[in-house]
Amino acid sequence: MHDLLLTIDAGTIDWSRAQFALTAIYHWLFVPLTLGLALIMGICETIYYKKQKRADAEASAFWKKTSKFWQRLFGINFAMGVATGIILEFEFGTNWSNYSWLVGDIFGAPLAIEGIVAFFMESTFVAVMFFGWKKVSAGFHLAATWLTGIGATLSAWWILVANAWMQNPVGCEFNPDTMRNEMTSFWDVALSPFAVDKFFHTVISAWIIGAVFVVAVSCWYLLKKRHTQLALQSIKIGSVVGLVAALGAAFTGHISGQDVAKSQPMKLAAMEALYNGGNAQSLTMVALVNPLQQPDYANEQEPPLKIGLPYALSVMATNTMDGYVPGINDILNGYTKPDGTRELSADEKIVRGKLAIAALQAYRQARIDKDDPEAVRQLQVFRDNEKYFGYGYIRDKSELVPPVGLNFWAFRTMVGMGCLLILFFGLVLVLGYNIPFLSIFSRRLLAAIGLLPETEADVPASGSQPKWLCWAAIIMLPLAYIASESGWIVAEMGRQPWTIQDMLPTWAAASDLQSGSVMLTFALFLILFTTMLAVEISIMLKQIKKGPEGQ
Amino acid sequence: MANNGFLYRAFRLYYDGFRSMTLGKTLWLVIAIKLFIIFIVLKIFFFPNFLSTHAEKGAEADFVATQLLNNNQ
Repeated sequence: MHDLLLTIDAGTIDWSRAQFALTAIYHWLFVPLTLGLALIMGICETIYYKKQKRADAEASAFWKKTSKFWQRLFGINFAMGVATGIILEFEFGTNWSNYSWLVGDIFGAPLAIEGIVAFFMESTFVAVMFFGWKKVSAGFHLAATWLTGIGATLSAWWILVANAWMQNPVGCEFNPDTMRNEMTSFWDVALSPFAVDKFFHTVISAWIIGAVFVVAVSCWYLLKKRHTQLALQSIKIGSVVGLVAALGAAFTGHISGQDVAKSQPMKLAAMEALYNGGNAQSLTMVALVNPLQQPDYANEQEPPLKIGLPYALSVMATNTMDGYVPGINDILNGYTKPDGTRELSADEKIVRGKLAIAALQAYRQARIDKDDPEAVRQLQVFRDNEKYFGYGYIRDKSELVPPVGLNFWAFRTMVGMGCLLILFFGLVLVLGYNIPFLSIFSRRLLAAIGLLPETEADVPASGSQPKWLCWAAIIMLPLAYIASESGWIVAEMGRQPWTIQDMLPTWAAASDLQSGSVMLTFALFLILFTTMLAVEISIMLKQIKKGPEGQ
Repeated sequence: MANNGFLYRAFRLYYDGFRSMTLGKTLWLVIAIKLFIIFIVLKIFFFPNFLSTHAEKGAEADFVATQLLNNNQ
């Protein structure tokens, strides 16, 4: 399905994919805000705890009020997000039964741990956090607040382990008798570099969402001239968290880029619209790539109007300026890797994949016929070609190329917004704090270009933010969400057609269902999710309007 | 149960907490409706386990093998 945005095929596979995408995108509206707000409310309550220890009554009362306010908004988001992820597991069992069977043994442990951690940690510590202000000591309450966030983050770890395994299946062996991948090393699965890097990139990017949310809500108060002290102090915390997280997301994104270059070179080539690779590759900043149509990569040297940053793609993929990065055509036609080994062409992989499928079929028949020598022989053929098993389902090598335009623009949306967020948080931070040289330099610069009144150019920061920056903060909130969702679009659309990398394409993974039934549940979800989102936004806005006094 | 025992205090934490909820009542109502829709309506009527309903118990591997090796190439 290379033209999803043009014509959604009314087929079962496409509707199942669309339904999964809808559910995952919706689920991801709640998760990053939970993780991000957890960090910020933890910081607020830590300040409250310290002020209370120093017997600073006024400051401790203020920080307690501030902590409780952000915890209340956390609670709304937490309640709305509860169980939205469970629907994804329903979809596995109904729409993706072949896939579910194949991965069952791998996903069982991480998802069980996730369920237990999520249930016990979160249900215990969330209750202490909301009900325990007058029931437990300040120290115990502080611990409960942090453990709520840590519990949510640990839950995310196991989900991301499962996702990382699909992108880079490790620590397992396929059992031809049970037709399942069986875990050979729990730690190889749980601590694979792909999973670790994905975890840090995802969680750190979630902190950005929390920070933007806090800054945006606080800026709205500044515009309305309400709860000014809470807003100014929260902006200070939000800007530090946001800037550190945005820089951290850039760094972890670089590490993730190297994982992708090693394990999923086609994804990297699609993200970059890199048709023909080579050494010392430039990173495309912008090019004329149609987001709705697959480009003619076989006949074009590169996309039209390409403006690139010299060597940057090689640095991103290999950490060297001269590093080799294969393009789409290189991957399809085969290429020689820097270590001198040859990567097979798509056609060769398809031949070997078909051999693996035929051998597996023959092995299973030999087992039924109790023909042990034949079973041993066929098993050996299967093992020799197992690495390319999934390619046996590929009918045309063009099916191995993900939607280039969509990945290209989703990646640029994520990175572009990320850069904008670094600038935004940096600006909010230098205007909110008195940082030697930097704050006064920024104020004079803004005054020189007319974004700050001349009278305020040399005035020490009061923490207040210019009106235009307050509006920018509010606009940044949906943009940050778009960046975050774009990251997932790159991660998931970039690995098409694979549900499990090189092992199982979508059309082999899906259940043999009537497309009408999947279409019906897609429509039901659309209605349900839209309603739930409207309810959440409505409750959230109502509480923000009430402010901390409404507690 | 002793009035200062751990279990009693834990019980009071939840009991008093639930009784004094304001916004929480609305949120729990939303959660209850959502869980009803997800687990009762969607799971039972729209999301049966495909293998449980199409393959004999214990023969799931054969069913998947048929799907993957015979029907899907």
